[in-house]
Amino acid sequence: MEMSFNELSYWMGMEEAKLMGVKCKECGAIYLPPRPFCVQCYKDALEWKEFQGDGKLIAFTSIFVVPKSMAEQGYGRDNPYIVGVVELNEGVRIVGRIEGVDTKRPETIKIGMPLKAGFPKAMEAGVSKAYLAFRPA
Amino acid sequence: MSRTPKLGRGVCLVGGAMSKFGMFKGLDYKDLFAQAFLEMLDSVDNGLNPKDIEALYLGNFSSDFFLKQSHLGPVLTDLLGIVPRPAARLEGACASSALAFRAGVQAVASGMYDIVLVGGLEEMSKRSTEEVTEGLAMASSPYEWKTGFTFPGIFATIATAYFERYKASADDLFAVTLKSHENAKLNPKAQFGVTIKELMAQRAEKAKAKGQPVPSWEDERAFLSDPRVNPEIAWPLRLFDCSPISDGACCLLLVAEEIAKGFSDTPVHVVGLGQGSGYPLYLKEDLTQFEATKQAAKEAYAMSGLGPKDIQIAEVHDCFSIAEVIHTEDLGFFAPGEGIKAVNDGLTRRSGPKPINTSGGLKCKGHPVGATGVAQVLEIWLQLRGRAGERQVPIADLRVGAAHNLGGTGGTCTLTILQKKG
Repeated sequence: MEMSFNELSYWMGMEEAKLMGVKCKECGAIYLPPRPFCVQCYKDALEWKEFQGDGKLIAFTSIFVVPKSMAEQGYGRDNPYIVGVVELNEGVRIVGRIEGVDTKRPETIKIGMPLKAGFPKAMEAGVSKAYLAFRPA
Repeated sequence: MSRTPKLGRGVCLVGGAMSKFGMFKGLDYKDLFAQAFLEMLDSVDNGLNPKDIEALYLGNFSSDFFLKQSHLGPVLTDLLGIVPRPAARLEGACASSALAFRAGVQAVASGMYDIVLVGGLEEMSKRSTEEVTEGLAMASSPYEWKTGFTFPGIFATIATAYFERYKASADDLFAVTLKSHENAKLNPKAQFGVTIKELMAQRAEKAKAKGQPVPSWEDERAFLSDPRVNPEIAWPLRLFDCSPISDGACCLLLVAEEIAKGFSDTPVHVVGLGQGSGYPLYLKEDLTQFEATKQAAKEAYAMSGLGPKDIQIAEVHDCFSIAEVIHTEDLGFFAPGEGIKAVNDGLTRRSGPKPINTSGGLKCKGHPVGATGVAQVLEIWLQLRGRAGERQVPIADLRVGAAHNLGGTGGTCTLTILQKKG
């Protein structure tokens, strides 16, 4: 199946441990997640670009009141999880989970800390799915 | 490309009311809308024959998810006895009813209708907190909620960026919470019409009655610092930084300016109407501001010929305490980074130079998401007409007020400016 420049491909890329975005062949603009056309030059001339996953923490939170889907994975008040915004070395930002840090003591986590992307798997509604998680580099 | 947006003809607000906001076991959204509608009829100085309503614009975020009910328009026209008048439901997450208000204003301004009812409603409390958390998160970008972001989580993330840049802390947000409670105490329609001091006394009383050790706190700030009563929701935001899960309804009556005097002795004019869209977190260049609010403000200020200094009172979308602070900056009331100081200095209290959220805000008045936008406009209408009861602001020549509504995580924002003329 040919991969389209879309959300579906973004999540499928994670199953192969890849952080996939796109690059405009016309003007060189890069996008993560992928999008169907370039919103700088409006040319329909994209190619895949794999991002290296190295970056730094911009902002984050530790979530203690969780949605149903995360509760089903065992998260909750006694087991919070962290999500954040990460700026990649390529210059774009992305949202992801932040792991390998003290989720119950988020005040110990420093904005600006270097991070590296990984693609662990979790069971979601009975299916194993990869997700983007950054860890201290 | 950029021209000043304007209305085809003048539009006035001549009636409005809200149900009580809260969590109601025995009432559904139709009951609440009925409450708001009947009180709205009473609020029209010279009366309204409901059969004269030409169209209904209704804001509702997600009856589909919360109630498994879609297509609310005809359910409401039936309830109000105005079938076969047209009705449309508009959705913009927590800004849904601001969009309904905007559509109603546009319908009258265009000359299509003279008399339009604008409403908003949401019924949320019969679902579990986890389900509501999931339902609200659907209004963020797909990449955000699929990563595990919740609504509080997104605003908490924004808070960490704000604190980092402006050297503030979560404790600085206590001032927002204290003010919200102080104002809501004077609002009989509010979900939490109680001050923090009273809550402290209630807690102590309850423990005493149960024969448990009686807790005590040095002051309100000590109470808000106590994780037993104010636990983390999404660090650094705690329970008292968050608006509640609520049920509620609100409606407003809009008429053409040329017939407004027939309905009201003091019609209030819609002079500014703005709306913008915004990026998800990962595309924002600056996490400490909302580009959608700035666009909405630009449009509304341009249309009205007014600026932030002219706005005497405002309701802003304090879904979370940090949001109120940022909105007061984005709307131009305070410089970037100064909003947190302004609230701590009391500038935005009811008696201050720039009263913000005199209703108690979303935090204490309640936040039935689809009803919020019109309820904010209602508060400004009441204040401008001197009908806000005990919480009437002590401003002698009160003429201009604004309501700022935000949807989702800032993806949709609106600003409405109202003016009492003559």
